[in-house]
Amino acid sequence: MPYVEMPKLSDTMTEGTVVKWRKAVGEPVGIGDVIAEIETDKAVMELEAFDDGTLKEIYVSEGSKARIGEKLALLLAAGESVPRNDGEAVKSGKAGLAAASSSQPTSPPVKVGKASAPISSNRVKASPLAKKIAGAKGVDLGLIRGSGPGGRIVARDVESTAAIPASRPITAIPIIPAGPGDRRILLGGVRKIIAERLLASKTQIPHFYLNIEVDAGELVRLRSQLNEHLEKSGQGKLTFNDFILKAAVAAATKIPRVNASFAGDAVIEYGNIHLSVAVAIEDGLVTPVIRQAQKKSLREISEAVKDLATRARTKKLKPEEYQGGTITVSNLGSYGIDSFSAVINPPQAVILSVGAILKKPVLNAQDQIVPGHRLAIGLSADHRVVDGAIGAQYLAELRTLLENPAALLL
Amino acid sequence: MPVINYRKALNDALAEELARDENVFIIGEEVAQYNGAYKVTEGLWQRFGDKRVLDTPITEAAFVGLSVGASMLGLRPVVELMFWSFAYVAYDQIVNNAGCIRYMSGGQINLPLVIRGPANGGTNVGATHSHTPESILANNPGVKVVCPATAYDAKGLMKTAIRDNDPVFVMENTLLYGETWEVPEEEYLIPLGVADVKREGADISLIAHGRAVLTSLKAAEILAHDHNIRAEVVDLRSIRPLDEETLLRSVRKTHRAVLVDENKPFCAVSAQIAATIQEKAFDDLDAPVVRVCALDAPAIYSPPLEKIQLPTPERVVGKVLSIA
Repeated sequence: MPYVEMPKLSDTMTEGTVVKWRKAVGEPVGIGDVIAEIETDKAVMELEAFDDGTLKEIYVSEGSKARIGEKLALLLAAGESVPRNDGEAVKSGKAGLAAASSSQPTSPPVKVGKASAPISSNRVKASPLAKKIAGAKGVDLGLIRGSGPGGRIVARDVESTAAIPASRPITAIPIIPAGPGDRRILLGGVRKIIAERLLASKTQIPHFYLNIEVDAGELVRLRSQLNEHLEKSGQGKLTFNDFILKAAVAAATKIPRVNASFAGDAVIEYGNIHLSVAVAIEDGLVTPVIRQAQKKSLREISEAVKDLATRARTKKLKPEEYQGGTITVSNLGSYGIDSFSAVINPPQAVILSVGAILKKPVLNAQDQIVPGHRLAIGLSADHRVVDGAIGAQYLAELRTLLENPAALLL
Repeated sequence: MPVINYRKALNDALAEELARDENVFIIGEEVAQYNGAYKVTEGLWQRFGDKRVLDTPITEAAFVGLSVGASMLGLRPVVELMFWSFAYVAYDQIVNNAGCIRYMSGGQINLPLVIRGPANGGTNVGATHSHTPESILANNPGVKVVCPATAYDAKGLMKTAIRDNDPVFVMENTLLYGETWEVPEEEYLIPLGVADVKREGADISLIAHGRAVLTSLKAAEILAHDHNIRAEVVDLRSIRPLDEETLLRSVRKTHRAVLVDENKPFCAVSAQIAATIQEKAFDDLDAPVVRVCALDAPAIYSPPLEKIQLPTPERVVGKVLSIA
């Protein structure tokens, strides 16, 4: 097929933006060459060629959007010619492009997306065999990323996906339809995936919840002392969250059971702690992952989370940067939340819910009421993996570390 | 087991059938006194004489027509075409008469006729001598078409063709005449319409006929060695009747098919195979069915260009990798 089409690059993508063309019209292209950078709802990804040939025409200019399946460029193999009687979608665009390029051969091609016929954005490209296996296993093809040519879902993609047991509510909850004055906001990619994954989490994972309140006095003191020093030497400051992340990881190395997943007939305790950090973005949240966080210092964690959060907000994360986490920390302290209980990020076993550090009257060792800094931390755990006692041990480790935070600097 | 070449295997098949059945005779240009343009009939005139091995003028329409008539009366002619490309001057005899008479006579008249000869490109004899008409002829109900790839298959299929009561067209290949294979001494027959898995594999099916089978086997070797892909090679052997069961079984096992075909791509044998697979094994496919055919041009005379016109193992490997 001589056309390069907008591929489905993420589970939830419906359209993509051509950020950059890496190949110019007239350049030879080999299988596997990166020809363009495409921004999806989640990240900017590289588009590779699946055929050898020469890039003959570009239909979607840099910065323009195209829906999945829409033609982006014409890539002709040696001796191949443009198919005649081709679909409406390209015809209108090609005429415009030819006119533009004949007068100004070096100017970027005109945008063609607008006039073209809409292509069904929900079309999932899957091989017949992949569809058959998915049907038999009860796997939703819409949730799988295809590894075949053009992003096609092939058998191996479905075979490596766990079946989702039929857990949809039998009776749908009736909806009050949108009327005059109401807004009906169609689910974007991120919203849709949050809806699906967290519904699955809440309906399939038996959650239980533990809560502690930590004396954060020493943490407040140490952080301001460190930041004073860092500020003077012109370095970036440390946030409370940096300490909490480091403590969450350090505690998990002591209690490895929390860094785990339920796997049907087994529990998998992971050797590495890949720490997912919940980051709020414009239309939802993502959980970028700090890989092998157990090997990282407080400073390294601080820098990693700053970088990931910045890129998450600008949707520059690659899929591998938000996949494969083994434990999650969600912190709503900066939003003024005292305490909460987060929903587990499946297939992980636990999530920490971190509230704000509050100044409040506390009893000291002499039973006197004194001003103190308190931090509420919640643990939501999968009871199939973690029992109350294990969860309590983990929180106790966490408390010890946060109340003696100097250890986190080692 | 003796190792003989493809030409000798055909010669043995003809000699055995001439000896076995006195109704069998050979007819064609230079087949008798000159021993055949490609020496396939070598020694047969000497051994069986004027009544069994007959030279003709350069008159394909006449001697094919004569043979159609002779077969209607119960003889079993084996007609040699110096090239299958020359069948076109006898097309009316081959398709209208040989192909239709049994049907139009309500089954009263059989035509036990064999037409044989080389049907291949790649020998620098120009476009008019390089046709591969198996796709054109197999399009006609009432005829049978076989394309042996090895000496073993050539002998077994030729003997069966001669004993068959319908017109059977045997497409040979001049590039294979000198190639050698093991062929048993004892008599054997290969039924028409039975494909042969020439190499077992689990990852992809290469489906071919004639010399393209050998191209596929070489490609399978490269795929195994360089890419860790286990290709299965299915040799159709018969184009019509077609052994759909064997090729579909292979595709259902590997879930991917690359069709290798020395026909030109348009309306090629492989186009028929592709239609069959998508219709009957759709749910088993994990990738589109793709083809490696001759480049879509009259046979190229320029030797360097001619080399790339027919499928090569490298082109097959490239196509496999594009869907693997």
